Amino acid sequence: MAEGAAAGEAPVIEVEGLWTQLGTQLIHKDVDLTVRRGEVMALVGGSGSGKTTLLRHIIGLTRPTRGVVKLFGQSLAGLDRDGQRRVRQRFGTLFQYGALFSALPVFDNIALPLRELRILDEDLIHELVMMKLNLVELEPVHAKKMPAQLSGGMIKRVGLARSLALEPELLVLDEPTAGLDPDRSESFVKLIKTLGRELGLTAIMVTHDLDTLFTLADRVAVLAEQRIIALGTVDEIAGVPHPFIRNFFQGERADRARKMAAAGAQH
Amino acid sequence: MPGASMRQEPGGGGRSILRLEGEWTLRRFDAGFEELATRLAAFGADSRIDWDLTGITALDSAGAMAVWRAWGKTRREGARVSPVHEPLFARIAAVPQHAAPWVPPDWLKPLVFIGALMMKLGENLLGIAALMGQLVLDFGYLARNPKDIPWREISANVHKAGTLALPVTAMVGFLIGVVLSYLSALQLKNFGADIYIIDILGVGIIREMAPVLVAVLIAGRSGSAMTAHIGVMRVTEEIDAMATMGIPASLRLVLPKVTALAIVTPFLVLWTMASALIGGMLSANYQLGLSMIFFMETLPTVVPIANLYIGFTKGLLFGVVVAVVACHYGLRIRPNTESLSAGTTGSVVTAISSVIMVDAVFAILTMDIGLDL
Repeated sequence: MAEGAAAGEAPVIEVEGLWTQLGTQLIHKDVDLTVRRGEVMALVGGSGSGKTTLLRHIIGLTRPTRGVVKLFGQSLAGLDRDGQRRVRQRFGTLFQYGALFSALPVFDNIALPLRELRILDEDLIHELVMMKLNLVELEPVHAKKMPAQLSGGMIKRVGLARSLALEPELLVLDEPTAGLDPDRSESFVKLIKTLGRELGLTAIMVTHDLDTLFTLADRVAVLAEQRIIALGTVDEIAGVPHPFIRNFFQGERADRARKMAAAGAQH
Repeated sequence: MPGASMRQEPGGGGRSILRLEGEWTLRRFDAGFEELATRLAAFGADSRIDWDLTGITALDSAGAMAVWRAWGKTRREGARVSPVHEPLFARIAAVPQHAAPWVPPDWLKPLVFIGALMMKLGENLLGIAALMGQLVLDFGYLARNPKDIPWREISANVHKAGTLALPVTAMVGFLIGVVLSYLSALQLKNFGADIYIIDILGVGIIREMAPVLVAVLIAGRSGSAMTAHIGVMRVTEEIDAMATMGIPASLRLVLPKVTALAIVTPFLVLWTMASALIGGMLSANYQLGLSMIFFMETLPTVVPIANLYIGFTKGLLFGVVVAVVACHYGLRIRPNTESLSAGTTGSVVTAISSVIMVDAVFAILTMDIGLDL
């Protein structure tokens, strides 16, 4: 794979000099961000700090006002339709509310990206979908259910299975644990961690949840005041003297999350 | 780097070794995958072949699954797999295999289909009847508690379904009037019965065309909007939220819509009648040389006023039918996109067909009224 050999060296995500302006409001002011192969990057920031907007720029749903976003060393904006599709097939996205196709049962939701390739036969697709379901720890009986019949945690799991359908190298997670109860949230985070390690995934996620952050993130980028004010491991970040970071990382909530993550790491 | 490839080599004792090489990943498979799968299956069927997968440089679950399937969905005896790829096969082996139970062909299917259709029809009729009953109860409640009358909602619906519908109904009415007059004039001219154009247009438009035309337009314009409105409110749990605040959905959502359409449709019918008659009059003037003053003078003498009342009553009835059907379908929508589109379609189709049915019944009931020929 010629493109793979070249891209193997390049970071998975490169954001350079990104500006976003919506109307008169400046959201991002000269943002730079690099995600290396194999690491899990978390974007944190207050409400309205532009985390999700940045994520949408990265996966090519929207275009920044200025600046370059490169995925696997290629800029989506500069590619033709075929090239764009090839890049898009290399990452999978888990949306905040799952974004399952509500008209299709679980099975077809996961099979859809595989069918779109138009190279696999239906029998193999069936096997692969069943395997993905097993991967996200869902029973085969759920395959025939409609998304409306699923609980919040199951919707997330199906969404994860769908985002993994095309064997992506990069996983994009928008608030992976939003709307889940602490128990489900914990097991879902654990699942993502196991799968990420097993499949050798790179990941970028937006999250508010400290437990998720401490368990999953290798590095954290903090968005505030229209730029990235701090970038580093969770422990490095926690020491940065900025009012938002102090609020976010220090306090009872954070201590508890840190302790839990530490306890989890020992197992 | 090469894509997926395989190579057969002779081994000892009449056996041979199949070496799989290159990248066995979903991204490297292309249009030739089918052929690859067939060849794999052929090798898989031959028990004298030893498999060697250590030459594979990249393997993902699609590639592993393709091989696994060729092995007959079990681990092939003596197959050599590189340790990095072992977990993948372990994953696949862990997927619970459940044979799909044999389902006998269902000969009763067409019968069941018809039955289900009938059940659905009955269900809908029951639902509509229940909704009407609820409406009657609500009106009774409002008669005793006039301060709860949802004036704002009624007025908003009157504006949306009535005022905003004026241009489209006028235009459609006018054009239908022109067409009707033009076509009739062609025939009447042959018999020298030009003067009867006024009777035809008068009775046809006032009694029949205008009410049905308005009902169809209202069903497409306001009925679908009402269904979608209530449907989306159900999907987003807004109706439940209202219920928890002690605001019954039927009183705030259904009743204002039905009331508004009942008020507004007769006037829309009147408005459409006028524009259709003007269209017909202009066309008659142009085609038959019938003066407009003469047209207007003759109209009341050949078309009894009863026709106007019939048209008016029909308008009211049709408005209620469209609104009730629209609300019924809206309240039945389940939280998914498919249901929303099916509900909206069902609402419009049912509303229009019910209007035509009501119209037919009405025509029979009023046979002796307003048609003294």
